[in-house]
Amino acid sequence: MNSVFVICEIEEGKVADVSLELLTKGRQLANQLKTKLEAVVIGKDLKDIENQIFPYGTDVVYKAEDKRLEHYLTLPYTSIITDLFKETKPEIALLGATSQGRDLGPRVSSKLKSGLTADCTSLEIGPHEDKKAGKTYEQLLYQIRPAFGGNIIATIINPEHRPQMATVREGVMKKEIVDTAYKGEVKNIDVSKSLKDEDFVISIVERHMEKRKVNLTGSQVIIAGGYGMGSPENFNLLYDLAEVLGGEVAASRAAVDAGFADHARQVGQTGVTVRPKIYIACGISGQIQHRAGMENSSMIIAVNTDENAPINQIADYVINGDVAEIIPRMIKAYKKNTK
Amino acid sequence: MSGLKIIVLAKQVPDTRNVGKDAMKADGTVNRGALPAIFNPEDLNALEQALRIKDRVAGSTVTVLTMGPGRAAEVIREGLYRGADNGYLLTDRAFAGSDTLATSYAISKAIEKTGPYDIIVAGRQAIDGDTAQVGPQVAEKLNLPQITYTEEVLEISKKKIKIRRRLERGVEEVSGKLPCVITVNASAPECRPRHAKQTMKFKHAKTVTELQAANEDYITLFENKPYLQIEELSVKDVGADVELLGLSGSPTKVKGIENVVLEAKESRKVENTDAGIEEMIKELIENHTIG
Ligand SMILES: Cc1cc2nc3c(=O)[nH]c(=O)nc-3n(C[C@H](O)[C@H](O)[C@H](O)COP(=O)(O)OP(=O)(O)OC[C@H]3O[C@@H](n4cnc5c(N)ncnc54)[C@H](O)[C@@H]3O)c2cc1C
Ligand SMILES: Cc1cc2nc3c(=O)[nH]c(=O)nc-3n(C[C@H](O)[C@H](O)[C@H](O)COP(=O)(O)OP(=O)(O)OC[C@H]3O[C@@H](n4cnc5c(N)ncnc54)[C@H](O)[C@@H]3O)c2cc1C
Repeated sequence: MNSVFVICEIEEGKVADVSLELLTKGRQLANQLKTKLEAVVIGKDLKDIENQIFPYGTDVVYKAEDKRLEHYLTLPYTSIITDLFKETKPEIALLGATSQGRDLGPRVSSKLKSGLTADCTSLEIGPHEDKKAGKTYEQLLYQIRPAFGGNIIATIINPEHRPQMATVREGVMKKEIVDTAYKGEVKNIDVSKSLKDEDFVISIVERHMEKRKVNLTGSQVIIAGGYGMGSPENFNLLYDLAEVLGGEVAASRAAVDAGFADHARQVGQTGVTVRPKIYIACGISGQIQHRAGMENSSMIIAVNTDENAPINQIADYVINGDVAEIIPRMIKAYKKNTK
Repeated sequence: MSGLKIIVLAKQVPDTRNVGKDAMKADGTVNRGALPAIFNPEDLNALEQALRIKDRVAGSTVTVLTMGPGRAAEVIREGLYRGADNGYLLTDRAFAGSDTLATSYAISKAIEKTGPYDIIVAGRQAIDGDTAQVGPQVAEKLNLPQITYTEEVLEISKKKIKIRRRLERGVEEVSGKLPCVITVNASAPECRPRHAKQTMKFKHAKTVTELQAANEDYITLFENKPYLQIEELSVKDVGADVELLGLSGSPTKVKGIENVVLEAKESRKVENTDAGIEEMIKELIENHTIG
């Protein structure tokens, strides 16, 4: 069987977390299919980048280096990837559901006529029987994703076309190094064969990127605040609790819209997906779009004045009451019971 | 300077954001049929960008193109009320079951059919399928460059466009040439409301099918007021290959659908007292959830 491919994204000179998470998933899928894991990176200066990728169990790293490729551009990236996929014919191709991946993925799949499943929350290998055509498939990629505003979960398959392409959001899969000494092979792509002048009709005039400040996905303890926090001052209670517990502060969209917190802290369908050991939801009602980003937390504590808040239905501990009273009580209790 | 021909891609979608109690079935899942059909929110942002271009470049026209069942003509009327000039309803049984690849093929054939254009404006994402794939895929099918996540069109002329786009962690200003496809974000300005004069003018804009169903004489009507006709396009009209549409033209298949049921977990109530909360914290420390 042909390989599992991950299109890696570079962020501030490093391979993005979402790509490392996909490499981890890709390695598992490749093991199941008894095939190779391959990756492609595109950029201006890719010296030694493979060393960040091999430890995840990558067998081949394709590098496309060119001074015109410093920042992501739709057409040149599409040309390089489609040429590479025509040549290597991957079985599966994964990419991040990031601004970049959601711009590139559909373009590539449209060119290869290969089908693409957006925002998968789970990827599995399984069989499929097409009764009408009298055909069975042993090992297809089940691409599992929410749709209809999170109200349904669909399993999508792609029986006849290759690669089976899917995007996944950051934080949905776990990243795990297979072996720090894992060694694969580097293959340099001759970009001049793929790139045409017309690929550069769109040019970047200016770019302002914010540095990543908060690291929600990497945090095991998350204290999240919602609209029910009531004010930016009350929101500071969450930072106090986060500091004593060694965690990060997150927010619902309503809290972000109200200006209590930065968008970078938003958890949910249109924010970050997190899976910490513990998620403390303070003044958050628990709408489906919020739950989509946190319901896989190992433990959930809900702090809410409303006994019937939907968040309570998925919480392990429910504390009914005012955040302004409860958070100081938690801080006090923690300090008392630890040295 | 002659104006620009602008095409807006707009989709009619079930309002998945406001799943009220009446749209819930007894088993706690969503009754999709009971959701009201609305103009996809980001397509309204797209329409606004198109109308702003029309305001800026004299002589421009805005055409709304939608693919869907007969009732999707509603989206076109809404577009006309807000300032669009005309619209097409791409409708055919053969489109049923199309994934984004087949959808973008059908839409690109319709765009080619309806004549020369300068810019195609789509929403970033539809709130039912939630993929954000149709815009870029249409661009690829038409062999055009794309600029996604548009927040503002900064400059535009017959040949050039400059756009500010919003990415996850920042903004980018890019420039390119026309024709091209742009997709518009929810963070772009909201769409202007209905325009009274336009609403009067297009109040009776209908498709032939709608008028037939109402037993109205569309032939004389459209002879006198041709602008009232919302043109319907079928697979044959746009010269699309049926094999590339619907289920047969869709590489992705839905293998199964599971309704999300809000299930209650065993949760423990914690007393909101010093003692109650201390007990919980002690448990969490003991089982190493917090350290
Ligand atoms: C549960 C479920 C899951 C699905 N998952 C996938 C999947 O992973 N991959 C896949 O390829 N297909 C999938 N589909 C099919 C897909 O939803 C349809 O093809 C749909 O018609 C177009 O995709 P979208 O709603 O995601 O639109 P998007 O790609 O999100 O729409 C982007 C923009 O394109 C324009 N546009 C889209 N559709 C139309 C239209 N009909 N008329 C005019 N303009 C339009 C609008 O401007 C819109 O804002 C799924 C369908 C279901 C029911
Ligand atoms: C397409 C789409 C995408 C979305 N994406 C996201 C997303 O990524 N993330 C997200 O979070 N939301 C998202 N939303 C919004 C989501 O639907 C909800 O509106 C939002 O999550 C509500 O935030 P909230 O719980 O903070 O506010 P509310 O729903 O207003 O809840 C406030 C809660 O605080 C409680 N409360 C009030 N005062 C106190 C007090 N003193 N002490 C304790 N509790 C108190 C109330 O009982 C209530 O339960 C999205 C919506 C749409 C349509």
